[in-house]
Amino acid sequence: MKTKNQYINNNYLNYVKSVAPKTNEVRSLLRAFWVGGFICCLGQFFRIIIENNFELPPDMTAGYVSMIMIFLGSFLTGLGVYDRIGKYAGGGSIVPITGFANSVVSPAIEFKTEGYIYGVASKMFTIAGPIIVYGVASSVLVGLIYYIYYLVV
Amino acid sequence: MNLFLTFLKTFAVGGLICVIAQLLINYTKITSARILVSFLLAGVFLQAIGVYQYVVDFAGSGATVPIIGFGYLLAKGAMEGAKEGLFGAITGGITSAGIGITSAIIFGYVFALIFKSKSKKN
Repeated sequence: MKTKNQYINNNYLNYVKSVAPKTNEVRSLLRAFWVGGFICCLGQFFRIIIENNFELPPDMTAGYVSMIMIFLGSFLTGLGVYDRIGKYAGGGSIVPITGFANSVVSPAIEFKTEGYIYGVASKMFTIAGPIIVYGVASSVLVGLIYYIYYLVV
Repeated sequence: MNLFLTFLKTFAVGGLICVIAQLLINYTKITSARILVSFLLAGVFLQAIGVYQYVVDFAGSGATVPIIGFGYLLAKGAMEGAKEGLFGAITGGITSAGIGITSAIIFGYVFALIFKSKSKKN
């Protein structure tokens, strides 16, 4: 019985492989490279503008840059443009901070029909939730390790 | 010329980080949420061992705009907070990442109010 299941399973997997669209690997890498690089250059552009016009400490400059990038990512997601960029660029659109904004706004808009508490506010964190949980937890871990390190040394 | 070089470095490093993600997408069945979380943790780890600061100094936004930069920011805040004491060690990470989280929530909520779902039509 088990072997029969495995046979069917293998057959099915082969079928999926033959039907699933084959992504041209080199092309997808190139697309991820230039779109990702371009988004980072956009961030650098805003950073230089802020550096030249406002005298802010570097941390604050970086903070405002990510705020602008998150604004752009959210806005383009709202317009439906970012999903098209995502189809084209794959990893090039997921990894930049605009992709994080996309992962917040996209489900929020999608589940608006389920209401403003269980829909928008709760679904916003489908992907951002894990990021915040693991980010905060790991930063506390790093903080504690360094705290003990400074106590000992 | 100097400006061109700055953008070239940003483009190359930012692009390379995205290529790593694309390689993971192409050769494994990893979901985008997992890519985001593992890149974030990679950023926290690389900053905790003191490596990522060099990448940031080299590439600027090429290193800070990808989600690894978010992890870098969290770890950096925690490490700076740890110098001031236990309270700083615990709150430092989310303090420095606060602007990112806050703007994602605010813009996310506002744009969810304004826009309607378009994914069905595409």
